[in-house]
Amino acid sequence: MIMPLSGDPPRSRCLSIALVIIVLVLALAPFLFGGAKPLNVTAKICIFIALAASYDLLLGYTGVVSFAHTMFYGIGSYGIAIAMYGLGPRWGAAAVGLTVALPLAAALALVIGLFSLRVQTIFFAMITLAVASAFAVLASQLSWLTGGEDGRSFSVPEVLRPGFRVDVLGLNITGRMLTYYLVFACCAALFLLLLRIVNSPFGRVLQAIRENPFRAEALGFRTVIHRILANCIAAAAAAAAGALNALWLRYTGPDTSLSFSIMLDILLIVVIGGMGTMYGAIVGATLYVLAQNYLQALMGWVSTAAGEAGLPLVPSLFHPDRWLLWLGILFIASVYFFPAGIVGKLRGSR
Amino acid sequence: MSELLTLSAVETHIGRYHILHGVDLAVPEGATTMLLGRNGAGKTTALRTIMGLWRASAGEIRFGGSRIEARPTPDIARAGIGYVPETMAVFSDLTVKENLVLAAREGAMDESRLGWIFGFFPPLKTFWLSRAGTLSGGQKQMLSFARAIIEPRRLLLIDEPTKGLAPAIIGALIDCLAEVKRRGATILLVEQNFRVAQEIGDSVSVMDDGRIVHTSAMAELARDGALQHRLLGLSLGAHQ
Repeated sequence: MIMPLSGDPPRSRCLSIALVIIVLVLALAPFLFGGAKPLNVTAKICIFIALAASYDLLLGYTGVVSFAHTMFYGIGSYGIAIAMYGLGPRWGAAAVGLTVALPLAAALALVIGLFSLRVQTIFFAMITLAVASAFAVLASQLSWLTGGEDGRSFSVPEVLRPGFRVDVLGLNITGRMLTYYLVFACCAALFLLLLRIVNSPFGRVLQAIRENPFRAEALGFRTVIHRILANCIAAAAAAAAGALNALWLRYTGPDTSLSFSIMLDILLIVVIGGMGTMYGAIVGATLYVLAQNYLQALMGWVSTAAGEAGLPLVPSLFHPDRWLLWLGILFIASVYFFPAGIVGKLRGSR
Repeated sequence: MSELLTLSAVETHIGRYHILHGVDLAVPEGATTMLLGRNGAGKTTALRTIMGLWRASAGEIRFGGSRIEARPTPDIARAGIGYVPETMAVFSDLTVKENLVLAAREGAMDESRLGWIFGFFPPLKTFWLSRAGTLSGGQKQMLSFARAIIEPRRLLLIDEPTKGLAPAIIGALIDCLAEVKRRGATILLVEQNFRVAQEIGDSVSVMDDGRIVHTSAMAELARDGALQHRLLGLSLGAHQ
């Protein structure tokens, strides 16, 4: 149990139970839930776990605030989409897309880091915001390549198509299920790799830099180089998550891969889950994506039930149209009651 | 005795404030040099300037014959200078072990040296896997000090190690400093506690208003109460 977790177990019984339940549900989702929506939601949870974990490496472990994370996510998405659109639905095309997208994301992170990680973190945040905005405009302008605002739909290899079916030990396995398990396995591998990185000597130096960069320098560590490396690793991991998202959706467009709202989602997931914990990405992504997808329906149910019971005010208070307001209230409440995030709180209370 | 570290006419500005006004200081190899002075005299700024944490705006700093005033802090640290700041500078989210592993940059810690450090500071062994943030002030200072000596350094810059510590911990620190010195390290130590300074210092430089105003053997200053009063503003008794 300890080895895959790189010597960094959850260190809380409640957290361990919650993580086991989440992982089991995600692992068995294709067999537990019928219909497309639940599988879409669980796939999105898997992808956002990897994406938020990569951002936690940057924000939680290195203390670097970046607004360019969706740009790297988008590079991964567009890498797969453009390659498979242009070269056809073959595994080789996916490999080409990844081979271009991952190093491109890391190289761009390197350039941004070289130019801006020497300055104060607030300037770095502003520079990443500017670069990400410029990239989003560029992606929508280069419509011959990216499909512009419409994005790119593409076909995937036959075994990943919804129509593909195969019997395995009496179980009817569809292409959609295979795609889900590809996403699940890759996201799990990405998460464990990131967990390994933050628990390596390199990760300890990052934590030291986050806490006090001058002190880390006085011990002989080149803080700028470590920050740039962390930025490159996080960018490559985000690009990998973006590629998985494109593969799952069989589509890439500005709204699904470059939107600033995705950046806000990642930020909220990391803060709600707990910065600098890695496991916070699992808890945060699960809660946040579930709330995003089911809070409106839940509120509709509460509103209807309260209306039928004749309760005053409650039906309008929980009207489904107000779901974003309640999502905001839930976020404020979670930050107020769990300033160290849910994982931080659970670890503190054991 | 040759000089391991020399500062010649070093000036330091922090923002629009001019803190060091042409500091001249020589630290002989293998000896313990005390840097004394009133609060605000520029002692901490002098140490931070040597480490490159503040940039010298003029003057020359030589370590082992090489100029270091323009080099980045990590390079200065890697050249063999250990720095113990006055603020119990531990990484509180890391464990005691991780703090020491970080300081032993070249890889695994030397077990015999670790045992030697535990001999002076037993709480570090007791709280080996505890987060440094949960340690008491004295234990944090022990850890901060242990981090500087976990590997042999040619020069140790130590800023007020006894500040706010219990007498028992001060005793352990003095014993450790004496042993580190016996093993051949060169030490530049800022200290307000004159009794401690007198006990471990070989030579002394006194700073006032960003300048070195007195340099002599420690014994010479210890003998001259009037000089102490003039330079440090307090009697020996008050410093104890």
